[in-house]
Amino acid sequence: MPTLTVDGIEVVVEPGTTVLQACEQAGVEIPRFCYHERLSIAGNCRMCLVEVTPGPPKPAASCALPAGDGMEVKTNTEKVKQYREGVMEFLLINHPLDCPVCDQGGECDLQDQSMAYGEGASRYTEKRRIVKEKYMGPLIRTIMTRCIHCTRCVRFADEIAGVPSLGAIGRGENMQITTYNEQAFASEMAGNVVDLCPVGALTSKPYTFKARPWELKNTETIDVHDALGSNIRIDSRGKAVMRALPRIHEEVNEEWISDKTRHAVDGLAKNRLDRPYVKKDGKLQEATWAEAFGAIAAILKGIDGSQIAGIVGDLCDAESMYAMKSFISSLGGSVECRQDGSKIGAKHRAGYLFNSGVAGIDEADAILLVGSNPRHESPVLNARIRQRWLTRKCKVANIGPEADLTYKIEQLGDSAKVLQDILDGKNDFADVLKNAEHPMIILGQGALNRNDSLAILKLAHDICEKYGGVTDDWNGFNVLHTAASRVAALDLGLVTDGGINAILDGVESGGIKVVYNLSADEFDTSKLEKAFVIYQGSHGDEGVKHADVILPGVAYTEKPGTYLNTEGRVQIAQRAIFGPGEAREDWTIFRALSEVTGSKLPFDDIAQLRAKMHAEYPSFAHVDEKPNAEWADFGVSGKVSKDGFIHAIKDFWGTNPIARSSETMDECRAAMNGENRTEGATGTDG
Amino acid sequence: MLSDKDRIFTNLYGFESPFLDAAKKRGDWNGTKDIMAKGQDAIIEEMKESGLRGRGGAGFPTGLKWSFMPKQSDGRPSYLVVNADEGEPGTCKDREIMRHDPHKLIEGCLIAGFAMRAVAAYIYIRGEFVHEAKVLEQAIEEAREAGLLGKNACKSGYDFDVFVHRGAGAYICGEETALIESLEGKKGQPRLKPPFPANVGVFGCPTTVNNVESIAVVPEILRRGGAWFAGLGRENNTGTKLFCISGHVNKPCNVEEEMGIPLKELIEKHAGGVRGGWDNLLAVIPGGSSVHLIPKSVCDDVLMDFDSLRAEGTGLGTAAVIVMDKSTDIVRAITRLSAFYKHESCGQCTPCREGTGWMWRVMERLATGEAEIEEIDMLLEVTKQIEGHTICALGDAAAWPIQGLMRHFRPEVERRILEYKKTHAA
Repeated sequence: MPTLTVDGIEVVVEPGTTVLQACEQAGVEIPRFCYHERLSIAGNCRMCLVEVTPGPPKPAASCALPAGDGMEVKTNTEKVKQYREGVMEFLLINHPLDCPVCDQGGECDLQDQSMAYGEGASRYTEKRRIVKEKYMGPLIRTIMTRCIHCTRCVRFADEIAGVPSLGAIGRGENMQITTYNEQAFASEMAGNVVDLCPVGALTSKPYTFKARPWELKNTETIDVHDALGSNIRIDSRGKAVMRALPRIHEEVNEEWISDKTRHAVDGLAKNRLDRPYVKKDGKLQEATWAEAFGAIAAILKGIDGSQIAGIVGDLCDAESMYAMKSFISSLGGSVECRQDGSKIGAKHRAGYLFNSGVAGIDEADAILLVGSNPRHESPVLNARIRQRWLTRKCKVANIGPEADLTYKIEQLGDSAKVLQDILDGKNDFADVLKNAEHPMIILGQGALNRNDSLAILKLAHDICEKYGGVTDDWNGFNVLHTAASRVAALDLGLVTDGGINAILDGVESGGIKVVYNLSADEFDTSKLEKAFVIYQGSHGDEGVKHADVILPGVAYTEKPGTYLNTEGRVQIAQRAIFGPGEAREDWTIFRALSEVTGSKLPFDDIAQLRAKMHAEYPSFAHVDEKPNAEWADFGVSGKVSKDGFIHAIKDFWGTNPIARSSETMDECRAAMNGENRTEGATGTDG
Repeated sequence: MLSDKDRIFTNLYGFESPFLDAAKKRGDWNGTKDIMAKGQDAIIEEMKESGLRGRGGAGFPTGLKWSFMPKQSDGRPSYLVVNADEGEPGTCKDREIMRHDPHKLIEGCLIAGFAMRAVAAYIYIRGEFVHEAKVLEQAIEEAREAGLLGKNACKSGYDFDVFVHRGAGAYICGEETALIESLEGKKGQPRLKPPFPANVGVFGCPTTVNNVESIAVVPEILRRGGAWFAGLGRENNTGTKLFCISGHVNKPCNVEEEMGIPLKELIEKHAGGVRGGWDNLLAVIPGGSSVHLIPKSVCDDVLMDFDSLRAEGTGLGTAAVIVMDKSTDIVRAITRLSAFYKHESCGQCTPCREGTGWMWRVMERLATGEAEIEEIDMLLEVTKQIEGHTICALGDAAAWPIQGLMRHFRPEVERRILEYKKTHAA
């Protein structure tokens, strides 16, 4: 291991470490613009220059120089100060001094570093460069005069997003960053370039001139737009969520989030249910909480428990679902979480978790996707598969409809029959799995909501067992969920015989009289017409269409809650703002309703609820650990259909009521379909 | 003065046909098989003995460069890349080789490629050299047909091919790593080093990039022996060299001469002397636009080789001698070079991208005198802020002409400023 000194401090570093990283290890800060831990090294901003001996008598770019044994690095000399002042001066000569009207102001690397390392004055008196704006889609606002050409955005597009449509045109001082032919940057992770941009050249279009960073309250919480459980920070001002930003969690989302996570937040302020409603004279009318509860209590009186069914939606927190389960079962009813018709069982945890963990992708050397389009189901997880694929140590194959996942996949077919062939060793990919050290199967929801899903589960289970997918320290059987609530719901046992279809049939046949819908909006509620429907949720979406009573719940940013991501990792979300109007946190609604119906739930605050939940379901208490579920026998042997898989997500931009209420998501959908180009063309428009 | 028997480029002026029959008569492709039969290591040793230093400008010993290539493949093939993107202002030697004596280059590719265990050579030729590329392509084709290239090239048992790739008109693509990027189909921007091309070059494979002239002299050196080549010129500055003499001389020309020839002799013997006589000389840029200019006082007795010019604070570069007589507006001339570097900077790193434009704009004002005296020192500081702070040497190349101007002609620059002030005072 190389040993070197940084300003006299001796550090021992791993081989392959750069001088910049060695400096950080020694606690010495090196200013930088182009360098980013998760991108390839460009070495073009020259801000990180240091003095290194032995070596040529000129400054070395510490970001690109491998740390060598016996090196002496100096970062605090007069020369290094001059290097930095020089580069800073160059960066600023053509950078506009428009900080007061720049959205990056207050969180700008250039601003901060010019304060710390700049000279404070410029000797440049010539004309400054003006660069025309570029169209990059509905999420990215460009003010290209501010660009310092660090190429972080270009490298992100090439390397992480896998949509290489960003690049530089022109050369010298006329070099400009743009998208190919000024088309939208067509990635589901496009918004991340705004975070990466060290200056105000790329800023968030929906957030333009909305707020200053120092006015915002930052709340560290968890995302619910997919089942990855990305760690996010919600920035709010007063009662409004202004934006969502990623937080770093190496084992979950690294530091990326999808555009839906980031930009669907404008949907939080639209189509909200802010007071209870009760249907009177065939029409939903505004009501008080007491009236709404009274109407529910009146209906429940005299109804047998077996005639009550609960359905939970995709965005629910564990506390709400626990409270609902407690409430409904106290009445004798049961709750179902698989509104998409999934056949997955709740009996064996290993049968419904992403067992290898998201970080397990980094070790996988063969990945078989079954009925899954991870690019739409979890873009950040898909980017991680791409990162692994880029190392050339991992082969990826797909059973399901062909899709552009941003990496090369071997298309094995789209029928579940292929799984049988692999199990029987009749498919070449069987050898790839067999020879892999860490083979992995990823089952998407498209494989689990079919009539033959239990047989598919069994096949996947057997393939894993047969080809070394399950060993003492590796479990490559993975289910990629699409609903943030699903794993917690399965842990809570919110499954019923026959699933959602049995409930709908029950309503048709009159066997089920009351349906309590906790923000489930992804199924056809017209089949609930004959039942008395109580809808509790945040948005007036599909779920309210045939509701008889509406209870206003809150959205994920408005309540503390526990979420289990697709790995089964327990993560705690925090309340960023309060819900609108009379909306209440969901568990409190059950608690209040239970008092009216006469079966008071045994908890008065969220701490008591959690204590009860943890006692009953101990796994919920292990915060931020990837569980190791015990391997079991699951699935049912049987014939699989030769019908092709259909991906679970048809519209990435509208998978839940919040996203469907979001204007930004509408714009994204339009831009992805090549419509709705709002901005005028510039000189580089093809 | 170089005697005719020691001349390597015997068809430099195109008096004979460039193609195979004529080339063979001039001695090309003579005993190539025997040279290759000596083996890779022997060839590299011979090249080291010859003392040949790279003819592209930097003067790195060629034999040493070849020895960096892996002797044992790790599964990746090795490549030879020939830098024919001759873009240095004042330089026009590679062009003459390619259009009049292409077989020297092609034979050189085979031998050099064989010595470094390369599977193929890519000749990256400047886009503007349309005729040269056509001649080269035709010459390669006839060599292939004659069995000199391709499978079992020259019956040596070695498979080797040569491909021509045309550039698209960027000066920076003459920088070896930018050339590699361009060859790969990307935007021509220099790469960070390390890794060096010998380790990770074109298509991620071990690569050596050599100048056209460096490769074209190889067969002759190996035919006559390294000692012959080393016997010409001075210690550490051996052999013959193509000089390109342009500017205010009576007969601008390309000429092959011995290294270390006095500059004055070179100009007077081959270029017909300075326009208006030697005393009318103002300054010379001795190695292409990227080096410091030297005033007449230095020109009087400086020798044209790497070390002598270096001792005078300039360089041999590509040996493109740009002669300026006393009618030259020297500030204007250097300003024009600044404009060139501003135009050709790739834009990748900050100091060069921003600094070349800044320097040019100040130079434009200095040329008319519309400036302050203090700005001269500020400009020099800016050149220092660029020099050595960039990924490639274009930043240095942009800084040096200005530094050279201020070192030798500062009084002239100051005079203009004062004069401008005087005439514009009212």
